[in-house]
Amino acid sequence: MQFLTEYTILISALAFFAMSLGKFSPSTLRQAALAAAVAAVAAAAASQDYTGVYFFNAYSIEPFSQVFKLLLCIGLLFVIAMSPGLLGVKERLNAEYYFFLFLSVFGLVLMASAAEFLTLVLCLEISSFSVYVIIPFRRKGRGLRAQMEAALKYMMFGALATGLTLYGISYVYGITHTTYLNELATIIPGLISTSPMLVIGFTLILCGIFFKMAMFPLHFWAPDVYQGAANETTTFVATIPKVGAAVLLLRIAVLFGQGSDLLTLIISVLAVLSMTVGNLSALVQNDVKRLLAYSSIAHAGYLMVGIAAGNGEGLTAVSFYITAYLFLNLACFFVIYHLAPQGSNIRFSDIRGLYKRSPVLAAVLAAGAVGLAGIPPTVGFMGKFLVFVSAVRQEMYPLVILAVINAGVSAFFYLRLIRAAYTRDTEKQITLHLSPFSKCLGCVLVAVILGMGLFPGPATDLFGQAMKNVVPLASALQ
Amino acid sequence: MDFLIYNTLNYPVISTVLLLPLAGAIITLFLPGGTGKQASIQKIWGTLVTLVTAAAALPLFFRFDRSSHLYQFAERHDWLPALNLEYVVGVDGISLLLVMLTVLIMPVVILSSFSYIGERHKEFIVSTLLMETVMLGVFVSLNTILFFVFWEAMLVPMYLLIAIWGGKQKDYAAVKFFLYTLLGSVFMVITLIFIYVKTGSFFIPHIMEHPFGLEAQVLIFLALALAFAVKVPMFPLHTWLPAAHVEAPAPGSVVLAAVLLKMGGYGFLRFCIPMAPAATQLFAPAFIIISLISILAGGYLALGQTDLKKLIAYSSVGHMGFVTLGVFVLSATGIQGAIIQMVNHGITSGALFVCAGLLYERTHSREIADNSALGKAMPVFLSFFVLFSLSAFGFPGTNSFVGEMMILVAAFKAHPLIGATAIPGAVLAAAYMLRLTQKMIWDDDDGHGHGKHDKTKGWDLNPREIVTLAFLGLFVLWIGLAPAPLLEVTQESVAHLVNQYQAGIDALPQAHHALIWSMAEFLKGLI
Repeated sequence: MQFLTEYTILISALAFFAMSLGKFSPSTLRQAALAAAVAAVAAAAASQDYTGVYFFNAYSIEPFSQVFKLLLCIGLLFVIAMSPGLLGVKERLNAEYYFFLFLSVFGLVLMASAAEFLTLVLCLEISSFSVYVIIPFRRKGRGLRAQMEAALKYMMFGALATGLTLYGISYVYGITHTTYLNELATIIPGLISTSPMLVIGFTLILCGIFFKMAMFPLHFWAPDVYQGAANETTTFVATIPKVGAAVLLLRIAVLFGQGSDLLTLIISVLAVLSMTVGNLSALVQNDVKRLLAYSSIAHAGYLMVGIAAGNGEGLTAVSFYITAYLFLNLACFFVIYHLAPQGSNIRFSDIRGLYKRSPVLAAVLAAGAVGLAGIPPTVGFMGKFLVFVSAVRQEMYPLVILAVINAGVSAFFYLRLIRAAYTRDTEKQITLHLSPFSKCLGCVLVAVILGMGLFPGPATDLFGQAMKNVVPLASALQ
Repeated sequence: MDFLIYNTLNYPVISTVLLLPLAGAIITLFLPGGTGKQASIQKIWGTLVTLVTAAAALPLFFRFDRSSHLYQFAERHDWLPALNLEYVVGVDGISLLLVMLTVLIMPVVILSSFSYIGERHKEFIVSTLLMETVMLGVFVSLNTILFFVFWEAMLVPMYLLIAIWGGKQKDYAAVKFFLYTLLGSVFMVITLIFIYVKTGSFFIPHIMEHPFGLEAQVLIFLALALAFAVKVPMFPLHTWLPAAHVEAPAPGSVVLAAVLLKMGGYGFLRFCIPMAPAATQLFAPAFIIISLISILAGGYLALGQTDLKKLIAYSSVGHMGFVTLGVFVLSATGIQGAIIQMVNHGITSGALFVCAGLLYERTHSREIADNSALGKAMPVFLSFFVLFSLSAFGFPGTNSFVGEMMILVAAFKAHPLIGATAIPGAVLAAAYMLRLTQKMIWDDDDGHGHGKHDKTKGWDLNPREIVTLAFLGLFVLWIGLAPAPLLEVTQESVAHLVNQYQAGIDALPQAHHALIWSMAEFLKGLI
C-alpha cells in the first residue's frame, strides 16, 4: 500500500465533502477531523518503507517523499488538535473548511512525490486553490474587508507566482527538452554553469516557491493574510504549505546544487534581503500574527542560506530547519488560539501578565519565541547552526555574517513577546483554564522544541538518509 | 595524543553535578505552588538540591590530580556523529575552581532568597537551579558547541530572574542584559563553525593544538574577545552591569556577580590565549590598557555612588579589571592570580550583595543614606559587613589580598608603568569601601553618631542569615590565610597554558613576528 497516505487524506477530504451536504455540529466535525488526521499520520508512518516510481516516472515514492509526507501529516494533526474548535470560522462552513483543508494537504502530499515539473505545478495548484478558498472563511464582524483583502492578495500573488513558475519551466524545457526531474538531473549539472537561460529559468521557477514561503520579493501577501485570515487558517498557511514549499525547493535545489555561481549569488542576495526586510519590519509590529508573518519572511531567508550553500549538508540542514520552523510556529499559534477564545487577533496587550494567568501558555510561548530567535538549547538554534555550518564550509562568510547579525536583531522582537508575557502586568487577571488535553499538547510542543534541540541526531540522520535518495539523484552533490 | 583523564570514580561525577540541579528544577515544577508553608517547602527543597550538588562535586576538588594539566574526570559520548559533535566534559586547574565556586555559591543564593523573594517561589527556584546547570556547563564543556549552548542557554533563566523579581526598572535592566550579552556573542557561533571547518573538530583541546595563521588568529581572537569582554565586563562594554545588578533581586545579583562575570575571564583563558596566541600577543597591550581603564573608572565611579548596589556593581567593574589585567600580562603568576581573583571576587561581591539584600529587606531602600548609622541596631550584621568590606579592598589576611598581590607582582614584572597605574585602583577600593562602612555604622543626620536606629527594632540577623554569611566569611579568611591549596590546583594547568602560548608564538614564521613586533611597539609607544 504505497499510496496509503494519499488515499487516506483523499477519502477524508471526500468524507468532509459529503458531510458538508448534511448538518453536523462543530464538535462532531472537529472530532471527525481529529480522527482523520490521526489516521493520516498512521498511514504516513505505515508507508515509510516503500519505494518505487509510478505514472510514467512522474510520481516517485522514496524515503525523501515519505519522510516529508509524515511531517506534513503530523503538522496537520497539530493544526487540528491544537484548536479547541473552529472558533474563527463561520459555523455553517465548518465542514467545507475541513474539506478544503484536507484537499490542500492532499495536494502537498502529492507534491512531495511529484518528480515532473507539470505534476509539481499541478499539485501546487491543488493545494493553493484550496487555501484561496478558506482564507475568507472568517466570521463576520471581525473585519470583513480585511479577510477579503487577504484572500484577494493571496490569490493574485499566487496566480502571478504560478505564472512565473510556468514561464521558468518553459525556459528549462526549451533548453533541455524534458520536464522529468530524473532526466534533468543528468543534463543540468553540466549545462547550468554555461547557460544563463537555465539560470533565468530556475530563478523564475523558484519564484513560485518564494511565494509559498513568503520570501522576498514575493512576500507582500504574508502580513495581510496572516492578519486577515482566521487564526486556524493562519496557523495552517504559516506552517504546512511552507513545509510543502521546502520539499519542492529541495527537489529543485538538488538539480542545480552549487552548479551556478550566478544562481547562488541571486539566492544569497534574496536571502539576505528577506531576513533584513522581515526582521526590521517585525520590530515595529503590534499585532502578534503580523509579527509572526514578518518573522516567517525572515526565516525563509535563513532557510535559503542552506540552499545557497548547495551541498548535501546544506540541504539536510534545510530539511531540519523547516521541521524546526514548523514546531516553533505551532507553539506560537497554540498560544494565540488559547488567548483568543473568540477567534480574534492577538495584540501585545493581550499577552501581558500571561505567566500569572497561565504558566503553561507562557512557557509554550517562551519556548517558541526563544526557538525562533535561535537561542540554544532549542531546535531553532540547532537549525540555524546546521545551516550556518554548511554555508561556512562553502566559505560564504558575508552571507553567514549578515545572517547572524540578523538573528541578533530578531532576538529583540522575540524578546518582546517574552517580556509581554513575563514582565508586563495587567489589571484584568483572568485566569485562563486549559483542558488537560491542551496542557499535554503544550508540553509535547515544548518537549519537541527542547528535545530536538538537545538531541538532533535522529532527525538529522533521517533527513540525511532521505536526501541521499532524492530521485534526481544528486550528481550535483558530489 | 590524549588530552583526557577519564573519570575513575564510581559515578560520572561531572554529569551528575550537571544533571542534579536540572532534575531538581524539573521536580520543583511538580511541587505544590502556593505560598506560606508550601513556599517554604520549595525553598528548603531548593537548598537541599544545591547542597547535594555541592556534596557531589566535592570529589572533584579532593580527588583532583594536582600534578597533571590534563582534563580530568572526563566523560565523552557521541552527540551528533554526523558533524563530529560530542558531549565531552572535564575539568582542569583553570575550570575546577570556578566549578567549585559555582556549586558552593548556589546554596547561598537560595538561602539568601528565603525572605527576599516574596512571590512566585516555585518559578524562582526553577530558574535558579537551571542557572546552576548552565553555568556549570559553561565551565566543564570541552566541546565548543556544547560550550556555546550552555553560554547562550544562560540568557533566558537569568533574564527571568531579573525581569520577574527585579526592582522598579527591572524591564529595562533585563532587556539591556539580554541584548548586550546576545549581541556580544553573535559572532561567537560563526567563529566556532569557522574553527570547525578549518580544523575538523569541535573538541577544545584538539583545537588548541591547531596552528592557525595570523589572519585567522586575529579574527578568532577579536570575535571571541567581544563576547567575553561584554561578559567580564570590560570598559566601555560594562554599562549593562550596573543596571542589571541594581535591578536584579539580591539573589540574582549574587548569581550575576559571583559566577556570571567569571565566564568572561574563563573564556579568555580557555579560548583566546591557547587558540590564538599570536593574536593575543598582538592585542595584549590594548587589553591591558582597557583593563587599567576599567580598574580606575570602576573605582572612581564607585566612589560617587549613593546607591549601595550600584556601588558594589561599579566596584565589580574595577575588580574584574584586575582579573583581565592578570590574564593579559600573560605570565604564570598573572594568570594564576587572575583565577584566584575570580574566585575571590565571586565570594566577596557575592557576600556584599547578600548583605545589600538583607539591608533592603529591613529598610526597603538601597540608598546608602537610608541605611546609615546602623551600628547599634545591627552589630552582628555589621561585623560581617566589615569583614567583606576589608576583603573587597584587598586587606592583608583576606582572600582578595592574595589575588591582587599576585596580579600586581605580575604587572610590575611586565612593566613598572602597568603596575604603577593599577595601584591607585586598589587605593580607590579602600576609599569607597571605608567611606561606605563608616556611613553604615556611625553616620547620622545630626553628625553626633547616636544612631537613628537601635536594638529595639530587632533588625539583627536571624540564624539562617548568620549561617549564610558565616559560610562565605569562612572562605574569605581561609583563602586569605592559606591560599596554597588553590594555588596547587591551578599550578600545572596555568604552566601548561603559558607553554602553549609561548609555543604558539614561536611557531609563527619570522615575518609574522616582525608584524606583531612593530604593532606591539606601536601600542607600547602609546602607553
